[in-house]
Amino acid sequence: MTAFDLARAQFAFTVSFHFLFPAFSIGLASFLAVLEAQWLRTGSGVYANLYRYWLKIFAVVFGMGVVSGLVMSYQFGTNWSVFSDRAGPVIGPLMAYEVLTAFFLEAGFLGVMLFGITKVGRRLHFVATLAVAGGTFISAFWILSVNSWMQTPTGFEMAADGRFMPGPSWVAIIFNPSFPYRLVHTVLAAYLTTAFAVGGVGAWHLLRDAANPGARTMFSMAMWMAAIVAPLQIMAGDAHGINTLAWQPAKVMAMEGHFQSHPHGAPLILFGLPDQARQRVDYAVEVPKLSSLILKHDPDAPLGGLDRVPLADQPPVAIVFWAFRVMVGLGLAMAGLGLWSLVLRLRGRLHASPWLHRAAVAMGPAGFVAVLAGWVVTETGRQPYTVYGLLRTVHSVSPLAAPTVAISLAAFALVYFAVFGMGIVYLLKLMARPPQAHEATLDGIPIRSAGITPAPALDAPQPGAIGEHVA
Amino acid sequence: MTIPAGIDLTVIWAAIIGFAIVAYVVLDGFDLGIGILFPFIPAGPDRDTAMNSIAPVWDGNETWLVLGGGGLLAAFPLAYAIILPALYVPLITMLLGLVLRGVAFEFRWRDAGHRAWWDRAFALGSTLATFMQGAALGGLLQGVRVVGRGYAGGAWDWFSGFSMLTGISLVLGYALLGACWLNWKTAGSLQRRAVAHARRFGVLLLAAIGAVSLATLGLDADYAARWLALPNVLFTAQVPIATVITTALFYRSLSRGHEVQPFFWALALFGLCIAGLGISIWPDVVPMRVTIWQAAAPLRSQVFMLIGAGVMVPIILAYTGWAYWVFRGKVDGAGYH
Ligand code: HDD
Ligand code: HEM
Ligand code: HEM
Repeated sequence: MTAFDLARAQFAFTVSFHFLFPAFSIGLASFLAVLEAQWLRTGSGVYANLYRYWLKIFAVVFGMGVVSGLVMSYQFGTNWSVFSDRAGPVIGPLMAYEVLTAFFLEAGFLGVMLFGITKVGRRLHFVATLAVAGGTFISAFWILSVNSWMQTPTGFEMAADGRFMPGPSWVAIIFNPSFPYRLVHTVLAAYLTTAFAVGGVGAWHLLRDAANPGARTMFSMAMWMAAIVAPLQIMAGDAHGINTLAWQPAKVMAMEGHFQSHPHGAPLILFGLPDQARQRVDYAVEVPKLSSLILKHDPDAPLGGLDRVPLADQPPVAIVFWAFRVMVGLGLAMAGLGLWSLVLRLRGRLHASPWLHRAAVAMGPAGFVAVLAGWVVTETGRQPYTVYGLLRTVHSVSPLAAPTVAISLAAFALVYFAVFGMGIVYLLKLMARPPQAHEATLDGIPIRSAGITPAPALDAPQPGAIGEHVA
Repeated sequence: MTIPAGIDLTVIWAAIIGFAIVAYVVLDGFDLGIGILFPFIPAGPDRDTAMNSIAPVWDGNETWLVLGGGGLLAAFPLAYAIILPALYVPLITMLLGLVLRGVAFEFRWRDAGHRAWWDRAFALGSTLATFMQGAALGGLLQGVRVVGRGYAGGAWDWFSGFSMLTGISLVLGYALLGACWLNWKTAGSLQRRAVAHARRFGVLLLAAIGAVSLATLGLDADYAARWLALPNVLFTAQVPIATVITTALFYRSLSRGHEVQPFFWALALFGLCIAGLGISIWPDVVPMRVTIWQAAAPLRSQVFMLIGAGVMVPIILAYTGWAYWVFRGKVDGAGYH
């Protein structure tokens, strides 16, 4: 392996780990805001308990997101220094805005959200929750603008030495052609990821105790999200794909496995084994003309294939092809579960259907898998470029020697699997505990220490604390 | 775009990045310092209290490091592209250290059975991250090899006696800040212990500052000229004098039993070190290689970001101040009062 391959592997590894946590915390922060709003509105203790239950989980997820994100902000320079020098004038300011408008907001109010329940009034505490939730969204806004600009660069001027310089309008840079689609699709993905995680936890506890009020409420809320957001996500994904066809046709060809051009309507290849060396898909199972129908809304529309793209400019087809099928398959399964829950809800059996609950438990991690698969489609499909069509990945890399990167990659793998592996174990332990009427702190944690989020509130309920009015 | 004559946005941006670095050192310095002191604090209520005194604020403190890195990329992309590969090993190690200590804040409460391990991870991560920050600074000061627009040296060029010295000095300095913070925010046995640590680390830091200063003069004739040539020396000589006076004031307030002042005297000591650093390298951003003007982002990037920074930094300072205010007062094993 060359230093270049290793640098790619390291970036892909660290960013994939990072994104697992924001995907959850963007959705969870909004979920917590809804729970707190419901509690403030209705005064019902179920919501207060659920808030505290998920806040403990949020604290762990957020902490892991922050430290893995910190690593990312330095990786651009350590591993892609040439890219940083060339594209820095354009993407640097966007990332600086992310820090100024999002990270500080989240971090500044996080302490109050986690530890300030007894220190500030309940309205102010709600403001802190909203600030954190807003911060996660703003963060996604900027980083996705950066990523989208790398996919569909617009609004820049090329300097004589090959550097990308901002043009007269920053709007043209920020709102580049793929950004609106990517923002909508990714934020919906974060909501779905959270919905299925929450739904899976709710279902798990319903299978043990169908009367647990917290489990009932969270399961019901999650299934509403699944039923509404999953179909929206499929529509957003479809629109995203059509946009990608316009700007990055080679990526769509790889997703579809279209090595050949189809002048009279292209088939949809459901499954098959892409063989890039021979430029064909073996054992393909196809539906005639369906691909043209989906992408062009016309069964007979011509669609170009990778035969028009020189081999050196093609992305790795098999990875893109399979990752895309994983994502779409899970998206369809999510919509299916949402529909199923809707039918049972209308029949009044939402909380009394063990098979639905079992399916929801099985689908609990689906969002994480779909999100990673989607990013693999996006990023691998963009190859061999970092700035699409303009700057090749090989020309972006830092001048590092292979052993250096090999050691750092090994160190990242070691530390990440150990640390985040333990973190995931702790998360599962927290989730394995049913939500309780007097949702308290974990066993073994000294309640008298403020280290655990809402503990002081429980210890001595005070006016304005989310610890009061407990059902 | 017209910018009034005489206003140099590049200088303004250098000042903003400098401010972010100072803010980072001031804020994250004391919470890393608590990690460094952790092995010297007995397990049990005292450790819990020490951890609780920073738990609500450490994330915001660390965000200044993100601003330092992100701001450098945005305002001085060439410097970012040279410095980060040059300091690859210390920076990646620092990041791994920060990962270890960052998760320990949550994990140690989740798992009583392994609390001792997470406490070790917290101490190790904090010390490693601090040491590597100092070593990275040393590696940068001693000069990096640049060819064209890129780093041209090897992975271990930064490693030298000088960078080890700067690494150790920073560990001593942050430990001092941590001890002073605990003196301010805690009571009882923990506070007494913190005062004793503050005394010890104060002398050690003063010695380290002296050693680093002399070693810097020996690094390069350029540095020596900036400090020692007339008439500069009339101005630069104030820095060591002020350092000695500040140290004396620090010890005086410590022995009078003040709780808050020693922390600010320790910060002043850091401020003087950073001022000294500024004298050594100004107006370079990669010392002795690249000036701030050579590395600067184009005017359009500078203006766009200046609007953002101008609006947001005061707001950030306001709500950060508010968050500190919410958690004001002494912390003890029973949480905030
Ligand atoms: C819960 C997660 C999730 C689900 C269920 C889906 N997606 Fe997705 N998809 C993502 C999560 C995601 C993502 C991780 O958020 C990506 C990566 C980059 C992006 O913009 O969104 C993505 C990328 C992505 C792309 C690549 C766009 C590009 O790189 O230019 C396409 C074409 C689709 N999606 C299409 C779909 C379709 C047709 C789906 C319907 C079944 C679908 N996605 C379900
Ligand atoms: C958060 C979810 C993300 C995931 C899971 C992800 C995944 C990946 C993967 C798998 C690669 C390797 C591609 C290959 O080598 O074939 C990659 C490369 C890269 N990605 Fe992403 N990415 C994500 C987000 C981003 C974002 C938001 C940005 C930019 C702001 C970005 C910038 C890059 C860069 C610079 C590379 C290195 C060059 C390359 O190999 O393409 N990624 N990413
Ligand atoms: C689609 C891709 C990404 C999204 C949506 C995203 C979003 C977020 C969010 C919401 C957080 C807050 C912490 C949390 O909730 O876990 C976070 C943390 C962070 N992310 Fe990402 N991120 C993405 C990819 C990246 C990349 C590629 C970078 C590298 C520049 C990055 C840099 C950071 C940093 C530095 C933090 C820590 C901020 C803090 O201290 O609060 N992120 N990210």
